[in-house]
Amino acid sequence: MSIDTEKLLWMYTNMLTIRRFEEKVAELFAVGKIPGFVHLYIGEEAVATGVCAHLRKDDYITSTHRGHGHLISKGGDLKLMMAELFGKRSGYCKGKGGSMHIADVDLGILGANGIVGGGPPIATGAALAAKYKGTGQVAVCFLGDGASNQGTFHEGVNLASIWKLPAIFVVENNMYGISLPQTRSMRVQDIADRAAAYDIPGFVVDGNDVIAVYEAAGEAIRRAREGEGPALIECKTYRHRGHFEGDPMAYRTREEEEMWKAKDPIARFESKLMEMGVLTEAKAKEINDSIVARVQEAVRFAEESPWPAPEELLQDVYTVAA
Amino acid sequence: MRTLTFAQALNEALKQEMRRDPTIYVAGEDVGVYGGIFGVTAGLLGEFGEDRVRDTPITESAIIGSAVGAAAAGLRPVVELMFIDFIGVALDQLYNQAAKIKYMFGGKARLPIVLRTTCGAGMCAAAQHSQSLEAWMMHIPGLKVVVPSTPYDAKGLLITAIRDDNPVVFIEHKMLYGTEGEVPEEPYTIPFGQADIKREGTDVTVVATMAMVHKALSAAEELAREGVSVEVVDPRTLTPLDMETIINSVKKTRRLVVVHEAVKHGGAGGEIVASVAEEAFDYLDAPPKRVAAPFTPVPFSPVLEQAFIPSVEKIVAAVKEVVA
Repeated sequence: MSIDTEKLLWMYTNMLTIRRFEEKVAELFAVGKIPGFVHLYIGEEAVATGVCAHLRKDDYITSTHRGHGHLISKGGDLKLMMAELFGKRSGYCKGKGGSMHIADVDLGILGANGIVGGGPPIATGAALAAKYKGTGQVAVCFLGDGASNQGTFHEGVNLASIWKLPAIFVVENNMYGISLPQTRSMRVQDIADRAAAYDIPGFVVDGNDVIAVYEAAGEAIRRAREGEGPALIECKTYRHRGHFEGDPMAYRTREEEEMWKAKDPIARFESKLMEMGVLTEAKAKEINDSIVARVQEAVRFAEESPWPAPEELLQDVYTVAA
Repeated sequence: MRTLTFAQALNEALKQEMRRDPTIYVAGEDVGVYGGIFGVTAGLLGEFGEDRVRDTPITESAIIGSAVGAAAAGLRPVVELMFIDFIGVALDQLYNQAAKIKYMFGGKARLPIVLRTTCGAGMCAAAQHSQSLEAWMMHIPGLKVVVPSTPYDAKGLLITAIRDDNPVVFIEHKMLYGTEGEVPEEPYTIPFGQADIKREGTDVTVVATMAMVHKALSAAEELAREGVSVEVVDPRTLTPLDMETIINSVKKTRRLVVVHEAVKHGGAGGEIVASVAEEAFDYLDAPPKRVAAPFTPVPFSPVLEQAFIPSVEKIVAAVKEVVA
């Protein structure tokens, strides 16, 4: 699959944006500026990037508790994201959602989700609406290896399969459900094998290779748009950080971490782009500087934004008829 | 006016709304060819086709969860949960997803979903097909909870539910499906949060829901012969709950009995009595009473099941106690 330069650079920029945004989030969390739980995507950036590179603005995604990367890849605004992480009124959810519930329905982002396995039935429903309306939209469900053991995964994929819906289930297999390794949570080595149970295609992909993700996602999304039904893509990847910030990570070895960091998706892609002549040191620095500035701007926006007023607690529980 | 059964009234509401709005679809177990296990979706498949009347596998999480996604993406799903008892395998999609998404997203999502389901004992269907779980539903901010008692209310409330932009849990007591009543032919709505005084009276207020409305009315008839005037108030929706009508009635009668088929412990009756105590304590001439099921699962044997379901006799006895 040939990919034009603009797309290649978008993917590079997007991955680096996720990385810089989250490094800043980790820093702010450590000094107590971001409350609650924060689950970082660092190390997995190639997955959301390679998939969302194919999506239209009106396509849908469902995300997870580890959702910042999905949101950024689907066009999420860094300022509104950061303000939400701070719990400010100017955030995506007016401070009512936080990291685990960020959403932008106008961008087709049907929310991060605090419930592991919460997303598959919802993505199936969004895909049902797309098929019902005949719009050619697709719905992508991001989920983890752990979520693939939940009943909702089976129910969502099965329904999408029997109704031949334009849903793509992207399993981000980072090898651990919090502390439990995949080897102790399922017998199969490849979660994509589970696709056979629904008679849909299953792809196993190096999730740290953005081009590999892009190619598999391209095929799955093409099929879905053309009415050929759902697919399951398993991206093998690794989170560089703990399950959440503050996780002591006693369940995995430093050697394993170093091995995966050596396969860092951004460094790999950067070398490749330089080999291809698409990227130079100077261009990379320019991109990085611009991202750092955007992240700083987002932090400034979040810090300067007002808190919600206490009475806002009572708003938005119900939609009131116009 | 012509009469319809409760099931026919619901069926008519579905058909009329589906004709009006092409974004409405129906999905659930056996809602298509079978027409719904209690017949409520009969004839829909023939008129509206497979895209809009979707038989699902036995997959309650996906039935509800797909409704969430479809609603967020612009459709108006009316999905059926065959028995409310089955909500346990799918509750996350209802209470963590459907109910909370609007709030968690800062108000930006709209989720017009109707979850139709059945409740109640009386068919010897035993502990996993007979429960009344409306109190669970009314404890969840973000859901609306509808509990109709008559064919007229069933049709008007279902049309309101379908037109509402929020997730609505619409609970149909299975022993009411065959009951008959007058139902206008044209579509009409009944506002949520508006209780209906099913019988006016002056001595005691009996608040009752669903099948218990009819038992309360029988009790009222019996008590009238003994000179006790009972006002029967049917809240019709538990969220929103029309406490104003209930409190005004209590201010008039100065006595309160609440009747529901759900177990008493943690039931809707506790909420109603507590609200009356907070708002109208000084008007009460006697301690309020609740008539409800005992704190047991629903038993199978007809003898035991009848002992479980609140009876007319128990309502009469409770009223006599508060008016004594």
